[in-house]
Amino acid sequence: MEIRVQEAPFDFGAECARFAQDREGIGAVVTFCGIVRNDGGEMQAMEIEHYPGMTERALRQIAEDASHRWTLADVLILHRYGRMQPGETIMMVATASAHRADAFAAADFLMDYLKSRAPFWKKEISADSAAWVAAKDTDEAALERWG
Amino acid sequence: MTLEILYFAWLRERIGLPRETVTTQAATVHDLIVELRARDERYALAFFDLSAIRVALDQELADFDADLANVREVAFFPPMTGG
Repeated sequence: MEIRVQEAPFDFGAECARFAQDREGIGAVVTFCGIVRNDGGEMQAMEIEHYPGMTERALRQIAEDASHRWTLADVLILHRYGRMQPGETIMMVATASAHRADAFAAADFLMDYLKSRAPFWKKEISADSAAWVAAKDTDEAALERWG
Repeated sequence: MTLEILYFAWLRERIGLPRETVTTQAATVHDLIVELRARDERYALAFFDLSAIRVALDQELADFDADLANVREVAFFPPMTGG
């Protein structure tokens, strides 16, 4: 299990390749990458604040919960903080398992929990204003399907 | 009892501090919020709507009625928006 919280950009392709290589008994790797959405609007940058210490603990807890629910060979969660431009990678998760069903379900679970249980806050910066992104009711509702 | 209180996102901006050390007799998170609200308008405004606030005690999510006994670090922040 690997948890990384960093300001620096990361190479999604290189991280996926490294995560997938040289594993025995693995038939499936599922990856997800979150990107600062470039919707052609006014947003110039995204700033992500986090709670050092609690962030790593919360991500580790979410990864451990996933490892108890499904049979996983490995889990990677990488999440950035600080200022990012549209199109930049924000975060990624990767799961490795013998079969794809476990890897897919675990990655989906990680993303649902990470959105509303890991202490990150997004702020959208435009030329003349800045606004904190509001949590959505659907983010909280998404947790219910995992029981 | 001395507590380290941390504020994040718009709570930090509204209060104007990322963290502070507070000496208090508050028994629960809710008691602490009542004390903070009484300080001045910035705190009253920041803690006006508790449905918009989450709390963590020693870096674990908690409820407003949670006991503060043996707690060292209290963090207040809006609902999280990671991912």
